[in-house]
Amino acid sequence: MTDTIKLSQARRGDQGVITQVGAHCHHQGEAVELERRLLELGFVEGAHVELLHEGLFGRDPIAIKVDDMRVALRRHEAASLTIRLDAA
Amino acid sequence: MDMALKTARVALVGNPNSGKTALFNALTGAHQKVANYAGVTVERKEGLIRTASGRTMSVLDLPGTYSLRARSPDEEVTRDAVLGRLAGEVPPDVLVCVADATNLRLILRLVLELKAVGRPMVLALNMYDIAQRQGLRIDLEKLGAELGVPIITTVATRKRGIDDLIAAVETQVDVAAASENHWRSPDATELRTAAREAERIMKACVRPPERPDTLTGRIDDVLLHPLGGMVILMVILFAMFQAVFSWAAPLMDGIEGIVGWLGAGVAALLPDGLLQSLIVDGIISGVGSVLVFLPQILILFLFIIALEDFGYMARAAFLMDKIMGGAGLHGRAFIPLLSSFACAIPGIMAARVIDSKRDRLTTILVAPLMTCSARIPVYTLIIAAFIPNETVWGFVNLQGLVMFGLYAAGIVSALLVSLVIRKVFWRGAVEPFMMELPTYKVPDFKSVVFNLWIRAKIFINRAGRIILPLVIILWVLATFPYPPENATMPGIDYSFAGMIGRALEPIFAPIGFNWQMVVALIPGMAAREVAVAALGTTYAIADAENATGLLASTLSAQWSLATALSFLAWYIFAPQCVATLGVVKRETNSWKWTWIMIGYMFGLAYLASFVTYHVAVALGGG
Repeated sequence: MTDTIKLSQARRGDQGVITQVGAHCHHQGEAVELERRLLELGFVEGAHVELLHEGLFGRDPIAIKVDDMRVALRRHEAASLTIRLDAA
Repeated sequence: MDMALKTARVALVGNPNSGKTALFNALTGAHQKVANYAGVTVERKEGLIRTASGRTMSVLDLPGTYSLRARSPDEEVTRDAVLGRLAGEVPPDVLVCVADATNLRLILRLVLELKAVGRPMVLALNMYDIAQRQGLRIDLEKLGAELGVPIITTVATRKRGIDDLIAAVETQVDVAAASENHWRSPDATELRTAAREAERIMKACVRPPERPDTLTGRIDDVLLHPLGGMVILMVILFAMFQAVFSWAAPLMDGIEGIVGWLGAGVAALLPDGLLQSLIVDGIISGVGSVLVFLPQILILFLFIIALEDFGYMARAAFLMDKIMGGAGLHGRAFIPLLSSFACAIPGIMAARVIDSKRDRLTTILVAPLMTCSARIPVYTLIIAAFIPNETVWGFVNLQGLVMFGLYAAGIVSALLVSLVIRKVFWRGAVEPFMMELPTYKVPDFKSVVFNLWIRAKIFINRAGRIILPLVIILWVLATFPYPPENATMPGIDYSFAGMIGRALEPIFAPIGFNWQMVVALIPGMAAREVAVAALGTTYAIADAENATGLLASTLSAQWSLATALSFLAWYIFAPQCVATLGVVKRETNSWKWTWIMIGYMFGLAYLASFVTYHVAVALGGG
């Protein structure tokens, strides 16, 4: 019943809506910076995402469709994004 | 007239992949100057236009960015230029924000951020033809009212809307006044608010496309297929290298011919003596030895520019990211390292595509380990002289196998060194890998040729400026002092280079080098392949470059196998190219990093040669 996952756990074809960018309890400079960079690239709460492609080794990095643009990122960064999967 | 119409300064700002550079080219045509910003190695592109009313406008093409909150040296330049606090730059009168009309969300947020700066602004909706073809409806009037900036639609590649854009900018120059700058670095909450506002404007003014682009998705299904994509990448690389080496060969022969003809012509004009020697042996042949790589570099750039414009380079970075990441490099480092197979100089210059300062520095430091084509003449000479041309394991040519091994050694060592650099200098910090995968576009032939021309100019300019003084120094070392009257050995033996070679001989003895080799290494600093000619000189073989067969047989008589292998190992690692070192200094803007590179490369070269020599001697190759 867990339809809320980290984007880093998503598989090819998964679609959903971003519910949270970054963790709310972070205090580290790096996490704050990552959150801002994600926001600037269009990863914002409410944006629709779809996992389009996965890399060959360890299914990493991943190509994501964010609203109407495509972005590549590593699963390491994708772990900062929480999504609610669309009902299949 | 001039009093009334002062020169207007315009700066182009926009997201990467918005067609900003295409618009810049359409605006300024060939009237552009490429240089660096003062004190940083960020490309500064400026062009002049003359408007219909006779006003001169200088247009600055700022590096693409998603935000004024700079993350890289390039983006810092954009931020500082926009804010008017860039040292040595006059603040722009008008900002032209360039947007990909089919991808507005992020640029709308940037426009909102730019508005806080308070400078007059025009929004150019570029690639408007594609938006129309997709049936994307943009309510321009409403969008302009919402944002409070005039909007012009353009198609840079077709030069459409350019005059309107210039006129709109001029109006802004005349009527709009800069207001107070209250920009400050937005925090996450402010970014969210701005994103929500951009989303609201988007919903109000833009109707989603009736025929959205599905082509990019379909191409990606093939090119980003985990296995198939990798195979296609390898095929593209293979084709690229075939082209670099086979297409370039006749052109390189041509350049060598011209250099030789020029040298002979000048030699005939000038009386024998010092001046003739300086110009012919020093400058013409020295600069020629580097210029000869221009065809390879141009063919390489042709592929890279065309693939970049098509949108493939971001995909290549995606496919290679895991492999590069394993070595602590960014996926984008793939392109510079690839270029380095032709020549490290364009490779190091191409490292500018990497956002992160650290990743860029690491890439620059390992780029010279890739087997550049100047090593090939050295490798082929030694292999021909010492490695028997026979088949092993039934189907593998031994000479080819050694060549492959030398290439592989370069790649593996580059990956290992970058891993060490990350551990030692960056303490394991990992920069995030995030980049837009742009929509595929058919590359525009004219703009590819134009960009190639700009690249060629930059290479000749930069390399020329670095190479010229260095070849003169090397010439002095190899020419003075003169040999005595009754000299029995080649002149170079009596010169400073000869003295240095003999003085260094004890250091090189443990790795199996004799003094002739050490002497040849010194002119070989001009470019690696010059060592072949220099070996010819020290072994008194005239025209060694064209008589490699004779040189090879002399070497195989004079050197042991262990010495030859040690020499090959040396050439994998040694920073035997002053032009590269000069470019590293320029691009890193730091003597410290240049010396670190020289140090580690000589260190590795010595170590590798030492081990190779002693193992080979122990196995009976002495």
